[in-house]
Amino acid sequence: MNFEHTEDRRMLADSLNRFIAEQYAFDARDRIAKSAHGFSKEIFQQFAELGVIGALFSEADGGFGGGGFDIAVVFEALGRGLVVEPLLGAVMVGEALSAAGSDAQKEKLGDIINGLTVAAFAHDEADTHYERTRVSTRAERSGDGWVLNGAKAVVPQGEQADLFLVSARTSGNVDDEAGISLFLVPAKTAGLTVRGCPAIDGGRVAELALDGVKLGADALLGTEGQGHATLERAIGRGVLALCAEALGAMEAAKTATLDYLRTRKQFGILIGSFQALQHRMADLLLEIEQARSAVINAAAAIDGTDRVARERALSAAKFSIGRIGALVAEESIQMHGGIGMTWELPLPHYAKRLVMIDHQLGDEDHHLQRYIALGKEVAA
Amino acid sequence: MDLNFTPEEEAFRAEVRAFLADKLPARLSAKVSGGKILAKADMEEWHAILNERGWLANHWPEQYGGPGWTAVEKFIFEHECALAFAPRIVPFGVNMLGPVLIKYGNEAQKRHWLPRILNGADWWCQGYSEPGAGSDLAAVKTSAVRGLDAQGDHYIVNGQKTWTTLGQHANMIFCLVRTNREAKKQEGISFLLIDMSSPGVEVRPIITLDGEHEVNEVFFSDVRVPAENLVGEEDKGWTCAKYLLTYERTNIAGVGFSVAALEQLKGIAAKQTKNGKPLAEDPAFAARMARVEIDLENMKTTNLRVIAAVAGGGVPGAESSMLKIRGTEIRQEISSLARRAMGVYGRPFVEEALHDGFDGETFGPAYASAAAARYFNNRKLSIFGGSNEIQKNIISKMILGL
Repeated sequence: MNFEHTEDRRMLADSLNRFIAEQYAFDARDRIAKSAHGFSKEIFQQFAELGVIGALFSEADGGFGGGGFDIAVVFEALGRGLVVEPLLGAVMVGEALSAAGSDAQKEKLGDIINGLTVAAFAHDEADTHYERTRVSTRAERSGDGWVLNGAKAVVPQGEQADLFLVSARTSGNVDDEAGISLFLVPAKTAGLTVRGCPAIDGGRVAELALDGVKLGADALLGTEGQGHATLERAIGRGVLALCAEALGAMEAAKTATLDYLRTRKQFGILIGSFQALQHRMADLLLEIEQARSAVINAAAAIDGTDRVARERALSAAKFSIGRIGALVAEESIQMHGGIGMTWELPLPHYAKRLVMIDHQLGDEDHHLQRYIALGKEVAA
Repeated sequence: MDLNFTPEEEAFRAEVRAFLADKLPARLSAKVSGGKILAKADMEEWHAILNERGWLANHWPEQYGGPGWTAVEKFIFEHECALAFAPRIVPFGVNMLGPVLIKYGNEAQKRHWLPRILNGADWWCQGYSEPGAGSDLAAVKTSAVRGLDAQGDHYIVNGQKTWTTLGQHANMIFCLVRTNREAKKQEGISFLLIDMSSPGVEVRPIITLDGEHEVNEVFFSDVRVPAENLVGEEDKGWTCAKYLLTYERTNIAGVGFSVAALEQLKGIAAKQTKNGKPLAEDPAFAARMARVEIDLENMKTTNLRVIAAVAGGGVPGAESSMLKIRGTEIRQEISSLARRAMGVYGRPFVEEALHDGFDGETFGPAYASAAAARYFNNRKLSIFGGSNEIQKNIISKMILGL
């Protein structure tokens, strides 16, 4: 039994934390997060140079990590810094390329790892509520290539993406697991329209309209109609990344709240001396430790071969993070009082990010239901 | 035991409904129901409409222009207004200062200020909280030093107020100021009316986490205030402050807001889909909605029980703390569910879309544009007006005797 990270991972975390503290302090982050671009290209490039993206991929894929705990370490640090740069897209699209890409397609991994390609995952649609298999966007064969029609919803940092991973239906009913295919769609492809707006938690999101988007045969990732398994792997990595990011944000919110309880006086004494607040802070600590264990469980399970065990651990983590994230967000604002509502303080921005993580890749309810459904598969 | 309103009260309800149907501009109710930000002119317009009917100052005695309603009638009015998505009455002049002036003001003050509240000549804001005096309101430090010179009897005010809601629209502010540093905490405080256009008054916006400008800081440096603007006795302002804080809390639970918001939520949950079916049919979401609906049904009756006690000659004291705590928690939970219902459309946020003059494109369904912002903004409900923790202290002390 050993719950210490390896020395390599600790060193990576240290250098990433140091870089964020120096280059990504709250004022800088705030400027970047509300900029028209949605993130800083330069910072993203610097993350790549630090090896942050490389740590998310195995040596076989051109990285130097790629394990569940590599993702956990990196994204926890990103969460502490409220980083808006598109690393989630990198880990998800990269995983899909790694899992299902041809040799030629896998070459795209190089530019994802060195930060030259911004990749974005485009799966959700306007009438879905986090469903994995519900895909209305259609892809039809045309000559030896494909034509895509449909729309994708709320793609993180979609406006600046160079490469999209788009799910589309090539056969079956709208919610069938079989019949989903994955396509690599370059941003400049004719017929693809990208329309963006700010996200309430910083950065930007985009809507994709696909109107007769013509793609070559080499755009299909993996086997036609068999995209679901790859989708599940990519979403799994994304879920772990988001959970770890949330953990970092929770720790930061906890630290800020604890500092406040230790310095804010009312009625002539520190508010941290009130037992009512002490107990609530103790609850937060306990819940955050539970969240950390959930992330550890998911990170340990993600590379396992037992699909149900892996997916249950991921859904358990995302459920826990969703529930605890909202609790930490709401309680830390409440314990700050009015000042916790103000833009100038970092705390409410952590709160917003924590709550909004529940709106990405499945919320509490989605993952609880999925956890139950996966349990039935074990029993069956 | 009879949970029904009397025939007279039902007739009154019908009268209020007819008035709202006739006089509430659709443009305003659309803004309120859509979670849009009301402009100053919007709020003034609604005040004028209510004033014309004699319903603006509904907590004032008839002799000062109030409608003379019972506690139940006030409740019905506020409830129906909320259901109709009427703009909120800006409370600072009408519901806060007005009653204080009526009880503690001298005749000259009443004659001068009360009509100006009704006709909209003055927009008041509240100068209570300070950076070091939030929950501990009696810790106010803003000082007022009395002086007499050729221009007359006056105070010189120095200090800072914060969380001044809609202070950017105001021309007048009522303040708790410290006039005696020697006296014990509550005893050296006075209640002073200050013209915001006086030299030395500066209003700075506070931007909240949803990007909005609703609250402000107000700074006073050597602001000269005529002594005639003192309300009540010098050093006895805490009496006014307490009276204002406990005055008329029949609507503190915001049941009407919750009923209206829950109806909206049900409409949204019927339109949003999950697995190809309405989200309202999803067992997890349906359970969340049912839980809050049950809480709200219970709260309706709790609220009416408190009001009935007042109507029977009782005084709503610490009971209003129960209404404040649970009422705000219910409002927060409903806005939390509306946010959840948006799914991935919880994140896009075109802030400009909440303001007048926006003609750009929005993202997702129309009701998505304000959902997350409203959820975050509603975190304030459990903080302001005496945080829910302070309310629990009141219950512990006043009801439980602990």
